[in-house]
Amino acid sequence: MKVLVLIEHDRGALASASLEALTAARSLGSVQAVTIGAAADPLAAVLAEHGARVVHQVHHDLLTDYGPEAWGDSLAQLVWAIDPQVVLACGTDRGNEVMAHLAAITDLPFVANCLEIMPTDGPWSITRVRWGGSLLEQCTVSSGRTLLSVAHHAVEASPAPVESSTESFTPDLSPSSARSQVRTRVERAAGVTLATAPVVVGGGRGVGSPEGFAPLEELAGLLGGVVGCSRAVTNNGWRNHTDQVGQTGTRIAPDLYFACGISGAIQHWVGAMASKKILAINTDPEANMVAKADYAVIGDLHQVVPAISAEIRRRRG
Amino acid sequence: MRVLVCVKRVPAPGAKINITADGLAVDTAYLAFTTSPHEECAVEEAVQLVERHGGESTVLTLGPAEADEQLRYAASLGVTKAVLLPTDGGDWDPQRTARALTEAILSIEAADGAFDLILFGNESADSGGFQVGVRVARALGRPVVNGIKGIDVGDGVVTAKREAEAGMEVYELPMPAVLGVKEGINLPRYPTLKGRLASKKVDVGHLEPHAEPGGQSLVTLARPAEQVSSTVILGSGPEAATAVVDLLEELGVLK
Repeated sequence: MKVLVLIEHDRGALASASLEALTAARSLGSVQAVTIGAAADPLAAVLAEHGARVVHQVHHDLLTDYGPEAWGDSLAQLVWAIDPQVVLACGTDRGNEVMAHLAAITDLPFVANCLEIMPTDGPWSITRVRWGGSLLEQCTVSSGRTLLSVAHHAVEASPAPVESSTESFTPDLSPSSARSQVRTRVERAAGVTLATAPVVVGGGRGVGSPEGFAPLEELAGLLGGVVGCSRAVTNNGWRNHTDQVGQTGTRIAPDLYFACGISGAIQHWVGAMASKKILAINTDPEANMVAKADYAVIGDLHQVVPAISAEIRRRRG
Repeated sequence: MRVLVCVKRVPAPGAKINITADGLAVDTAYLAFTTSPHEECAVEEAVQLVERHGGESTVLTLGPAEADEQLRYAASLGVTKAVLLPTDGGDWDPQRTARALTEAILSIEAADGAFDLILFGNESADSGGFQVGVRVARALGRPVVNGIKGIDVGDGVVTAKREAEAGMEVYELPMPAVLGVKEGINLPRYPTLKGRLASKKVDVGHLEPHAEPGGQSLVTLARPAEQVSSTVILGSGPEAATAVVDLLEELGVLK
């Protein structure tokens, strides 16, 4: 079975999520990869290390930067040319977006964020995530060509070097294809972000006010981390949405997550569950977050958090 | 300008999602319903765009008769018109949903004029298919970008911002256009009493959807295996700080 994997990159910088997609694809059949835009040509070597027997390099003057329509059009034309049985991406923002375009162009079903894929001669049986991962859906998909994305972080990327070749492909794109291309960027200021911080100190409704976050800021500062919050906090206008951890906020994966005064609703939990360790601080020993955490302190965060900061300072002398 | 916002009625679960005995749906016996979060922000954005630029906004949903509640909620915030595509409440796959929405949009536009902007949520909270907006945009031949956290409408062009790892990406789409909005683009307002009263009088249009099912079918829903809870209680109150900092040292986060 020929499996084509969409490789995601930003102006030539590989998205590591795509290596997860390559790893997942290897269990389905013979893997080929596609990179869109000449900036990604140098990625062929690392894709071969991860099992891509052929790397299709899509070249066109209109493919200088990411654009969902141009990427979708390019991918669809390549799919018609090389006829893979499966097209697969990682379930990231761009991965799911480009796959949705491919699905719309070809009028095929597209199953997003899959965990288990069981090919059969008839309809395929697939397990995918709903509710940000808190519910599993088993579904069937009947289609001459199966379009999938694999849930991000569901597969650990691993190398599997193969002999590999590259093929250049030039799609027929009209300028209207590039109407949805990135025009400019506002670069992010350097520093730790919620998504990459080694420690996140999160606050929920229990923090009580915008000012109540000061001790959380202090603790985060002492640990080289950042402050996060629950949706209740953002909805109350206490903090900016960019600090929100959750299904509709940021998915975090720090070494340690302090969940302070957070009850642990599904919305928040799915954004926090990839944390390596979770320490809940809550007055309610029955809180869902306390039950799910690795560690807990039962008490008022307004007293416990400053005490932790004081103890850190004391030990550092 | 004319803005359309497409929304979905979804359950509002708390700490746990229960499933019905037949495994085909979320057990909503004890749950309230809401508009899917990204779409709450899309509704707010539609209202703000009309406040800024004039014109009118319309809210559209495909769902059970009860989705009237979400349409009226949008109306209570200032959306002018509301249209329901009634279903029997079963699970509609993304292709079928997109076909039905496209057909309805074409029919509304034929009667009232084209929409300059159609807003979707980036993905629904429940099924999370990540595709209906793109399918509709493609069927209408309009440009579309997802993940939008900033919208600025100019002369025939909409500037849209999307958060990415490297920073904000800025797109400029010719209108009419379609955007998938993400929560964080704004802070949705709460309805006023006046708005609530007015929304009761809004005439919700009904259009019968006729779309054929697509190739993806739901078989069953399940909860992931629960991890056995083994929370280590480090202590109570501020006295627990010593144990917490011991743990920080053990985990190597105290450098």
